[in-house]
Amino acid sequence: MNTMHLQAPANDHHKEAMNADAPFIKVERLTKIFYPPRVRSRLSRKPASQNGFKAVNDVSFEVKRGEIFVIMGLSGSGKSTIVRMLNRLIDTTEGSIAIDGKDVGALDPTQLRAFRNETINMVFQHFGLFPHQSLLDNVAFGLKVRGVDRQTREAKATEALQLVGLGGRTHAMPDQLSGGMRQRVGLARALATDAEILLMDEPFSALDPLIRQDMQQLLIQLQRNFKKTIVFVTHDLDEAMYLGDQIMVMKEGKRIQRGTALDLLEAPADPYIEKFVAEVNRSKVLLAGMLAEPFPGSDHEDGCSTGVLPPKTTTDGTSSRVIHVTAATVLADLLPVFAAGCDRLHVTDQQGLVIGQLTAKKVFAALSPKESVHES
Amino acid sequence: MNLNVGGWFAALIDWFLENLGWLFDAVAWLTSQIVGSVEFALIVLHPLVVIVLLTAVAALMTRSIGISIFSAVAFLLILSMGLWLETMASLAIVLVSVAIALLIGIPLGIWAALSSSVSALMRPILDLMQAMPVFVYLIPAVFFFGVGTVPGIAATIVFSIPPAVRLTELGIRQMDSELLEAAQAFGAKKSLILRDVQLPLAFPSIMVGVNQVIMLALSMVVVAGLVGAGGLGGVVVQGVAQLDTARGFEGGLAVVILAVYLDRVTGGASSLPGVLRKSNRLRKERAAAKAATPGINADANPAVL
Repeated sequence: MNTMHLQAPANDHHKEAMNADAPFIKVERLTKIFYPPRVRSRLSRKPASQNGFKAVNDVSFEVKRGEIFVIMGLSGSGKSTIVRMLNRLIDTTEGSIAIDGKDVGALDPTQLRAFRNETINMVFQHFGLFPHQSLLDNVAFGLKVRGVDRQTREAKATEALQLVGLGGRTHAMPDQLSGGMRQRVGLARALATDAEILLMDEPFSALDPLIRQDMQQLLIQLQRNFKKTIVFVTHDLDEAMYLGDQIMVMKEGKRIQRGTALDLLEAPADPYIEKFVAEVNRSKVLLAGMLAEPFPGSDHEDGCSTGVLPPKTTTDGTSSRVIHVTAATVLADLLPVFAAGCDRLHVTDQQGLVIGQLTAKKVFAALSPKESVHES
Repeated sequence: MNLNVGGWFAALIDWFLENLGWLFDAVAWLTSQIVGSVEFALIVLHPLVVIVLLTAVAALMTRSIGISIFSAVAFLLILSMGLWLETMASLAIVLVSVAIALLIGIPLGIWAALSSSVSALMRPILDLMQAMPVFVYLIPAVFFFGVGTVPGIAATIVFSIPPAVRLTELGIRQMDSELLEAAQAFGAKKSLILRDVQLPLAFPSIMVGVNQVIMLALSMVVVAGLVGAGGLGGVVVQGVAQLDTARGFEGGLAVVILAVYLDRVTGGASSLPGVLRKSNRLRKERAAAKAATPGINADANPAVL
């Protein structure tokens, strides 16, 4: 039975230590030109490049192992084309893609199928579920392709469905589910194969805002356990900032900026991004971990316990110890704490180890739009 | 300048006859054996037994009381008109023609769906096959297979293949491209995609094609009476030749009954897998609910903090 469990990569730290700097996905000078269907016919005298539409124009980026890499842009910006080139649903015109050091463009058809099945799975905007198959069969599809026997693949598919909260509905058909639930199935299908890379092409765009938030939280929860390498496409900057470790903004096939959510907020590369950023609810996308600073002194455990807390808070008894928040906490959730008078928090990682401190000053500065920071 | 197109075609037919005569003889023998067996199976039983069976098939496929009653009454009418043997002979011809037409047409349709060049090549040929006046097929058919049932079947097959090809191709091609991408993105082979995804999703469209093939085959059966194919075609042709209104009308009515019956039964079949699947699904769902997997509530918000 142990073998059937979905495996969180056990030797993750080992791998990270080994090639912490080596990018897992390395894309160089990627270009895609789409030609209208008949352009290559002998009747056309014009060189092909004049008729082609440049969907992706000289884009390079790198994705680290275990990172959520968001490609953000409006429709027609080439973002969906890029993810489809990563698993070669669309072939590249120019440029190279290397995943874990291997050239994706050089795979022959058999290798390509194995690569898609074992290494890189995909979640689709309109879910891409097979309407004639039960949820179980849908989720088990990748394993069926791999040649796994029925009993094993159904056990694993059931497990994947439980992970996304649909464990009780394995025999339902896709048309019996709401949109959000269908995308949970899409997610389960991609998880069931244990592939390291997840391509997500606007997976939550077709969902209602509330359901979308649920799904974003589910993804973060799953990502905490599985540490997949995710390439996530979206046109929603809030979503990009909430989910993305790294964000690449695209416009008309070109890369405009690449960086963390904080980078985009603090130094938008051009007016296009500035316009986007102005709309963003900073308190909902900035996380405590992004703003955490190293402690000024060396023995921080002593320095920050009660001394930094204002007297008002000390009197009610609960504040005799330092308040800890995890790195993934959004700033909006910290505001009540600061409002209560505290001006310094400890930020911890998932395991509960303190990684730094967060001051009220830093938080309010980050929440303020750029202009007002300059004025002060 | 006059082009002797007709002469060329006739020469081509002659060439076939001279060089491949043995093949046509073999095909003719095999086909007549098959049709003979099917016809024998239909008439060896007492007509009332066959009527009960036909009604049962209608009831099973359509799940409609009205159509079941219609089937029973209509076939009893045929029996009372004294056209039972002719009707069964025509039914045998239709069944065999349709089976062969589908065996050829559906694979061609799949091929055309998978390859655009095949599709482009096939389109004018299918147009020709459908638009050519049906009587024209009978001439070479008689040369190849002599007079009787077999040339009738050959002409019927040629005439009724196009909808099988077209609707199979359409059913596969109109599939949501994201589903195809999803199957490809999980590394599925083309053969697996075809079997597990494309064909099941194209099934309703293919069944519409089957229905069309049957209707065309039935319309051809009467024409095939001209070359001595027998059955209801023979009755109608005889009625026309002798200006016998009564005989002609009875033969025509029997054809109509057969047409309506086959249309309703095959029309019902296109939704049949859906019906089966639904009941199957409900049963499984209930079984799953009984097992009461203590799963996570799908609607519960996973906590983030």
